[in-house]
Order: sequence, then C-alpha cells, then structure tokens
Amino acid sequence: MGTTASQLAKDSLSEYQELTFLTKQEILLAHRRFTELLDRDERNHPNPRVPMEVILTLPELKSNPFKTRICQVFSTSEDKDGSLTFEDFLDLLSAFSDSATLEIKSHYAFRIFDFDDDGTLDYGDLEKLVNCLTGETEDTRLTSEEMRQLISNILDESDIDKDGTVNLSEFQHVISRSPDFVSSFKIVL
Amino acid sequence: MPGDTLITSENDTDIELDFAGVEDFQENHKREKHNGKRRNGDRQENKRENQRRKRSSKSVQGIREESQSKTERRERSRRRKGKAEHETSGHEGNKRERDQTRAKSTKSKKNIKNEKTRKLEGKEDGEAQEKSEKGKLKLVCTKNEEKIESGDQLKEKEKALGVKKKKKRRKKVVETSSEPETSEDGDDEEEVNNDGEVRPELLSPEELEKLKEAVDEKKKLIQSLRGKPWPMKQKLVTLRESQLFVEKYEGALGKGKGRKLYAYKVMMTKKWMKFQRDFENFKTACIPWEMKIKEIESHFGSSVASYFIFLRWMYGINMILFSLTFGLVMVPEVLQFLNLNCTFILFIALYIYFILQVRLILLCTFFEQALMGRPYGSIPRKTVPRAEEAGAMDFAVLWDFGGYAQYSVLFYGYYNNQRAIGWFKFRMPLSYFLVGVGTVAYSYMVVIRTMARNANESGIGDDNSFNFSWKMFTSWDYLIGNPETADNKFASITTSFKEAILEEQESRKDDNIHLTRFLRVLANFLVLCCLAGSGYLIYFVVRRSQKFALDGLENHTWWERNEVNMVMSLLGMFCPMLFDVISTLENYHPRVALQWQLGRIFALFLGNLYTFIIALMDAINLKRKEEKVVKYNITMWEATLYNGTGSENSTAPPITIHPADVPRGPCWETMVGQEFVRLIISDTMTTYITLLIGDFLRAVLVRFLNHCWCWDLEAGFPSYSEFDVSGNVLGLIFNQGMIWMGAFYAPCLPALNLLRLHVSMYLQCWAVMCCNVPQERVFKASGSNNFYMAMLLVILFLSTLPAIYTIVTIPPSFDCGPFSGKNRMFDVIQETLESDFPAWFSKVFSYASNPGLVLPFILLMVLAIYYLQSTSKSYKEANVELKKKLQMQNEENKKKNKQAALKAQMDLEEAKKSASQTAEHQRNNNDSVQRQEDDEEIDNKNQRMYHGRNPSPSVGNREPHFPVRDPGPRNAHNGNHGNPRYLPGFHQQSEPRMCRVPSLERH
Repeated sequence: MGTTASQLAKDSLSEYQELTFLTKQEILLAHRRFTELLDRDERNHPNPRVPMEVILTLPELKSNPFKTRICQVFSTSEDKDGSLTFEDFLDLLSAFSDSATLEIKSHYAFRIFDFDDDGTLDYGDLEKLVNCLTGETEDTRLTSEEMRQLISNILDESDIDKDGTVNLSEFQHVISRSPDFVSSFKIVL
Repeated sequence: MPGDTLITSENDTDIELDFAGVEDFQENHKREKHNGKRRNGDRQENKRENQRRKRSSKSVQGIREESQSKTERRERSRRRKGKAEHETSGHEGNKRERDQTRAKSTKSKKNIKNEKTRKLEGKEDGEAQEKSEKGKLKLVCTKNEEKIESGDQLKEKEKALGVKKKKKRRKKVVETSSEPETSEDGDDEEEVNNDGEVRPELLSPEELEKLKEAVDEKKKLIQSLRGKPWPMKQKLVTLRESQLFVEKYEGALGKGKGRKLYAYKVMMTKKWMKFQRDFENFKTACIPWEMKIKEIESHFGSSVASYFIFLRWMYGINMILFSLTFGLVMVPEVLQFLNLNCTFILFIALYIYFILQVRLILLCTFFEQALMGRPYGSIPRKTVPRAEEAGAMDFAVLWDFGGYAQYSVLFYGYYNNQRAIGWFKFRMPLSYFLVGVGTVAYSYMVVIRTMARNANESGIGDDNSFNFSWKMFTSWDYLIGNPETADNKFASITTSFKEAILEEQESRKDDNIHLTRFLRVLANFLVLCCLAGSGYLIYFVVRRSQKFALDGLENHTWWERNEVNMVMSLLGMFCPMLFDVISTLENYHPRVALQWQLGRIFALFLGNLYTFIIALMDAINLKRKEEKVVKYNITMWEATLYNGTGSENSTAPPITIHPADVPRGPCWETMVGQEFVRLIISDTMTTYITLLIGDFLRAVLVRFLNHCWCWDLEAGFPSYSEFDVSGNVLGLIFNQGMIWMGAFYAPCLPALNLLRLHVSMYLQCWAVMCCNVPQERVFKASGSNNFYMAMLLVILFLSTLPAIYTIVTIPPSFDCGPFSGKNRMFDVIQETLESDFPAWFSKVFSYASNPGLVLPFILLMVLAIYYLQSTSKSYKEANVELKKKLQMQNEENKKKNKQAALKAQMDLEEAKKSASQTAEHQRNNNDSVQRQEDDEEIDNKNQRMYHGRNPSPSVGNREPHFPVRDPGPRNAHNGNHGNPRYLPGFHQQSEPRMCRVPSLERH
C-alpha cells in the first residue's frame, strides 16, 4: 500500500490535519481504508465518490442504527444519495473523533437525528429516533402508547420554548449536560 | 493591483448590502440543495447572535446596535456565499444600476467579493464560536434581560447610527465586535487602510495596528476552523484564503528592524506549530494497546473498554512508581553487584570497538564510582546466612521469596545504612525514605487530579432534569461495531425506556413491603456473617502460619506454607458469588443491586486486607521480641569472639569471620515485604487461573460439548461468560492497594505489578475477545468512572495508613535495612538536616516545626477549607436560583408569544398578499416561494424574507412601515404553521434589527 501514502499529497495532509481533529496517522489510515473501498479504476479518478452502500459495509458503521443518516448528513453529493468523497469521510471521522469538541459533536448529532432535514426535531423525528434505538425487531419495539408517553416526556424536558419541537440550541443545551455523550459519540477506524 | 481590487470589492460590499434581501430570498430557494446545512447554519447563527447580544447588553445600547448590525450583515454575506453566479434576476439588475457609479465590471468583482465575504463571515463565526462555548447556558437568560429594555430607545439610537452605516465597509466587519466603540471612529481610516495595505511604509501606526488585528483574526480563524461544522471543501477554501491573506499582509507589518523581528517571530510560531503537531502525532503513536482497546470497544461497547483503559492508566502509574524506586533506590544499591561482569564484558568490547566503547566504559565506571552500594556478600545483611545456604537456590524457596531472593535488592533488609555512597555521596537511606514518601505522594496527586478532571467533565451531569432526553439522545454507543452487541444494546435501551416510563407513571405497586424488608435485612445479615467469617478465617490462618513459621517451614506441606494467600484468594473468588446469590433475595433494581454488590465486595476485600495487616502486626511484635533476644545473644557472641581472638583487638580484627556466619536479627521489615510479595503473586495466579478455567475452559466446554448434550449449552445454563467489569476493576484497585502498602518494605513490588499488569493486559484482551459474550445489560462507563476513582482514593488512603503507622511507631531492625541503628525511620531526615545543611537551616526548620507555628498553620488551612466550602455552597444555591428564574421567564415568554401570535394573525394576511406579489416579481418560480415559507423557522430568516418580498422602489416610504409591521410577519408566519419555532429570546432580537436594515438600504 505504498502507493496510497504517496497519493495523499503532503500539503493536503497538513491541511487536513489543520482542519480536522485527526492526527496524521489517523488521516493516513482513513485514506487507506477509503481507497480500499474504491474500485481499481476509480482510484485514478481525481475526486472519487464512494456510494453509501459501500460505505455502510465498514465494520465501524455496519451495526449502527443511524448509519444511513450519518452518510446522508456528511455527504456533499448533489443528488443526496449519501455517497462520500474522501473529504466527506474525513469530516465524518473528525466529528466522531476523540478530540472533537462537544459543540461540533452535538451539532452533527442533531443533524443525524433530524430525519426529515427540516432543522428541528419534531414528533416524527423523535418517533423515528426511538424506533432506531429500540431496533427494528417486533419484540423490542415500543407500543404506540409507550411511544406517545416517551416523546411527550422528552418534549416536556427539553423543549424549552414549548413549540412542540426540539431545535438545535435546545438540543445542545440538553446534550451539553449529559455526562456520557462525548464519550459515546465516537467512531474510531 | 491588489489595492485596486480591494477598493472595488469594498464598493461591491455596498451593493451587496443593498441587495441582501433579494439575494437572501433567492438563496432560500437554493438552500434545499444543500442538504439542510444552511438551515442549521441559520440556527447556529441565531445562537451566536444571542451571545453577541449578551455581551453587548453589558455595555451601552449603542454598542448593541453595532454588533447587531454586524451580525446581520454577516448573516447576509453568509447566505450569499457561493451564490453570486446565480444572481442574475432582473430585479436585482435594476437595483444594481443604482450603484453602477461605484461598481464596475460586476462579474469579476463578484468573485472577489465572494472571497472576501466568505473570509469575513468565517472570521465572525470564529469569534462567535469561541464566545459561544462560554455563554451557551446563559442563552435564554440574557434574552430576557434584553426584553426589559425599551424598544423605543433602541430605535432612536439606531437611526442616529444608521447615517454612518453606509460608510462601513468590509473592513469594519473584520473588526472584532468586542471593541465596537472604536470601530465607528475608525471607519474612514479603514478605507485608507485598504488602499495602503500594499504600501506598508505609508501606514500610520494605528492602521498598522488594525491590520495586525486583522491578521491575528485570520490566524485565530485558521485555528478555530476545525471546530466548525462545515463541509471540508468550504473549510479548505477558507483556510487557503486566510492563509493567503496572512501571508500577504504579514510582511506589511512592522518597519525596518521591527519588521524583521516580526517576520522572524512569525516564522518561529509556524515552526513551533508544526513541531507541536508532530509532537502530538508522536504522542498518540506512543500510547500502547490503542488498537487492542479499539477492537474491544467495537465488540463490547465502551464499558468493557473502560476497564482496559483503566488498566492502561494503572500501568502508566506503576511505570512511574517503578522508575522512581528503580532509578533512585535499586540501581544505586545493586550497581556494585554488576560491577565485575560489567567491566569484564566492557574490556572485551574495548578491543573490538575501541573508540565507541571508551565513552561507555567511562560512563559505566563513572556510575559505579558515583553511586554504588556494597556488593552482595560483603556484609552480613547482604549474605544468605549459613543455616539457609544449602537450600537457598531451591525453586520452592525462591518461589516463596526466601533464600537468595530474600537477601537481594528486592527487599528492605538488603539495603545498607551507609549514609552516603560513591563519589556523588548519594544519600542512600535518605533516598529510600524520600522515594517511599514520594511514591505515595505521587499516587495521591495523580488520583486526585484525575478525579477532579472527571468531575469537571461529568460534574454537571448530576441533575436529573433531562432523564428522558439523555436516554434518547445519548444512549447509543457509536463505538459498537458488533451486531450481537448492537442487539443487546437495542434490548437494553428498550428496557430502559420502558422502565423509565413505568417509573414516570408512578405506578409502583408495593407488593408486601414487609416481606421485602425482611428479605433485605436477612440478606444484609447473611452478608455480614460472610464478612465476619472470612475475617476470622484469615486471622486464624495467619496466626497458624506464624506457628508454622516458628517451627520452620521445611516441616510443612505446600498447602500449609501458602495457606494465608490461598485462603485470601479463594475468599476473594467465592464470596462475591455468594453475595450475588444473596442479593437476589433483595429484589433491587439492577443498578442499585450492582452498587450494593460492589460495596459488599469492597467491604470484603478491605476486611480481609485489614485482618491480614492486624495479623501481620502480631507477627511483627513477635519478631521484635525475637530480635531483642538475638540482639542480646549477639553482644554475648561478640564478646566471646573478641575474647577468643585475643586481647589486642586493634592489631587483629575479626576478619576471619565470614559474613554468612554472623548471627542475624529476624528483620521484620523484610518479613512484611515478603508477605506482601507472596500475596501479590498468589493473587495474580488466582486471577489468571480463574480466567483460564472460568472463561476459557467454560467456553471450550460449552462450544464443543454442545453437540452431544441434552440441552442447549450455549443458550441454556452454563452459556458463555460475560466480562465482569466491576469485579475486575475492584480486583485491580485492591491489587494496587497492596502495592502501595507493601512498596516501602519491598521495593520490587511496583516492578512485579508492572509485570502483572502487562501480562493481564494481553491475557484479558485475548480472553475477552475469544471467550466472552457481550453483556446483557450494557452499562455506561463514564458514570462509574469517578466511582472507581473514589474507591481507588479510599484504598490509597487505607493502605498508606498502616504503612505510615509502622514507619512512625515501630523502631527499625538493628541489623538490616537502610535505617538500621536509628531509633525511628524518619530520623534520617533529621540526620540529613543536621549534617548536610548549614546550621541556620536546621534552626529554621526546628522553629518551623515548632507546635506554636504548626498549629496556627493547620488552623489556617481549616479556615481556608471552610471558606472554600461555603463559597461553593453559595454558588450552588445561586445556580438553583438562576435555574428557577430561567423557568419563570420561559413561562412568561410563552404567554407573551401567544399574545403576539394572536395579534399577528391579522397582519399575516396583509403581509402575505404583498409578499406574494413581490415574489412573483422577482421570480417566476412560485414553488420555491412556497418551499421557502415552509422552511422559515426562526425570526431572523423571516426577517430576510420580508425584505426579499418588499423591494419597494420608494426607499423613503419603507422606513415607517417597518417598525409597525415588524412583529407581524414573523409571528404570523409561525402561527400559520401551527408550531411557532423560536426560542424565547429571539423574539426580542428581531426588533432592533428590523430597524437596522432600512437605514442600510436607504443609502
């Protein structure tokens, strides 16, 4: 894999170090893992895009219930198919890295939970979120009564302005007090 | 040329400001393409604005206007960013015509401007981001403050300011909003500044200062760039531009000598940054077992991994303890022992690598001469006595740390009491004492520091006000990469949801509370019995072993010799299981049950350890009695010896006696050290064996017997074992406690522990990966981190107690160890003070240690503690008070908003009409208008939209409309969608800004 190291120019490597929370080794590792996902002919492409299905085969993401959301949030693709370039991939890893700030982690967490991309977590978003968290199987799913109760409790707690939705600042307010958000919102290659 | 571009870009900014509304309008349509990023950006903007407001609310209102207008502009430019190419609508074109005098060749300028604005916006964001970290929590609070201030005043001020606004160029925005006062006066200067940036010699000092500020801002931006939730492309562009800017204008700063110095400084900071980054990379590369832990993390989640991280942390601490004892105590004492071999090998090497080796030899001999204790066999304490010599190399003896191991550098007794050794006059006894103290002090420091850091990280997390939200938003462990663990996690999250709902419903059915109570009391009684029983057993065994020891160990079986350690290890193994069974009686919630279980195991271990110590104290007393007898015998023996050799002692000293033949005292310190080392060894062995049998063998059996068994072994009774995080952590903590306790008497203990931790790291990693299944209930790691740390601190304290007690109260043995011949061990300090320091120093020291000084000092400390505690209490109270206030204001805001919404309902119709008309004007694309409306969620956006829809040609007319209409569209809009989405504080915000805009547009 000597060629992959040389593919990542020294300048851009240092720029990536400047712009992400990743160390040099992590960026190189990310690059290696990323190029492994590419086909042989795609590697010569200047700025290749890996489709979401391929990204999701990564063991780090495979069993994550939010995997498609994560890809969609970090994708800069025009047609919203969740495909990632290497830079998007680095963005992803940076946000999920150990040293990323609470600020940036909570920002991306909010976007991941915001399933319909409308900028707030409304009832539908929260419902989807609960379903993601409880798994897709029938025996773990909550009943609609439980779901209603749960969501109304959540809104009671975190919806400060009582508009029926949780917006980013409310979300960050809640998250910033959580003891284990930063330690669990992590993906390491 | 650069100067030219600057000027034009400036003009461009003017246009931009005029058109901001229009562009924003169009912008809104395109936002969809960007995956909702922009919307989020808006919201963030809002938040930042709040912080801005908060800051400004402290100073005069005028200043607030300033910052608001800036924020506004920044927002606009942000919206516009990257959109310049699309701004081709006819309406816009008309507008531009107005300013055509200033704006030449629009297209090219647009590009420049885009770059500039992006930079600006980035910079502003940077500031805001920094501030936002501090002010986030106060967000809502400050908004309310704002509200109290009257809107009229704001408007007046604004008009006054508005006249000046047109002059403000992009340079203005560059300035930090923290110094808005100066920015206004600096308007004109800045324009000049823009001209002069290429000709630094023309700049006045003030301008230079400004430029410097700008450059510093850029640098700050570069640093804070990574903390921004932007896509990489945007970050890259911003980075490159800011770097270009910095490089371009950095050179312009400073004149003559100052310039060179500045350039040098800049270069050095660059190099320093690079070095820091490399060092950071190096440091992360040095952290051991990172990949292993990561693998475990992905399989078992963060809680199991937290054990391994704890293990690694422990390893680091032991590494430092080891290097302390090794470097300052063991090496100086042992070097002489290596003396012969070392020089021999080196002399051979000398012939081969002459030049290279000369230095090494010099170094080696230097060390030998500089620090050296006396070699093995030179004095009685360093020699195996004649009686034990025969079996001194037997494995059984060595395994028990007798024989040669006992008379080695590993134990206290080996060390000589020679005050200073070698050329360096290395104070061996002093060093021994100080290392002992330093070990404990360092451990205290590290543990407390870690605890404080943990508390900082999670200290705020103790309030339960967001119980549900945390379960919802933070319960997923993103590290989990194993489907099985993920399934378990799903299940545990579901149960936790259900539990929480049940608890919330308060439907706690108390089924026969008397029975539960009775069972709980019974369980506790049983546990107490267990504890007492185990304590007695250990006491009994230790006493018995002393009897055996008096008889001589050779006459007893292996079991009898190792009874104490085995019994302790077995108790430590089986009692927790017993407790587990007993705790099923109690019917506690699993988390509570876990805490009880941990507490009981803790009590068990502690009880065992302390019984062990008490029994050891008895042994020490026995040894000391023995010592008295031996001492008396020795004086008799010496007397007879001298009498035998003759009357003239001076001419013929008794050199003929081999050190091995000299009668010896029992040396209780070595005995204590040996006991601890044996304990550690047997503990380690039991841990490893339990691991092999309990985990590995079980897994193997379950796996391979499953084919030919009557029930499903994997799913049924034995199944695979889970990794017991809490039990393992407790084991580790107690192990460390024993190290701290025994390290003074057996300097080898940290080294042994290092070995043990190293092995268990690999062994447990392997065992976990190959034979454990993910936990049924996945607990979070972080919650218990400080719990474990607190336990470690307690253990540290409890283990230093007996060590300090023995050091202070019991006189050291007369013929072994570094303190032999002294009355107490700490006398070594006094000795050093008297002989190695000038007289005045010891005098000062004696004054300082005078109770008259010490007591007031202690009093002072107590007072300080009391003061700090009471202040922290008052802070807490203030916190609660603030929280209450916050809630009250929230409710108030709600009421107000409701009223405003009602009132706005009427205005809505009107606003909509006009909006749709103008919108059609601008764009034939009605769909996007609709979409835009749907998107609107916060008022600042409403704001922009409003302008976008009302580009009324009569500028003068517009002004009166705004204040009247202003709350209308916003609230109406929100009302329209059924769910008004704004934070309480944003309500107020919009008003001043509303007024700001017209004043800008007028020009």
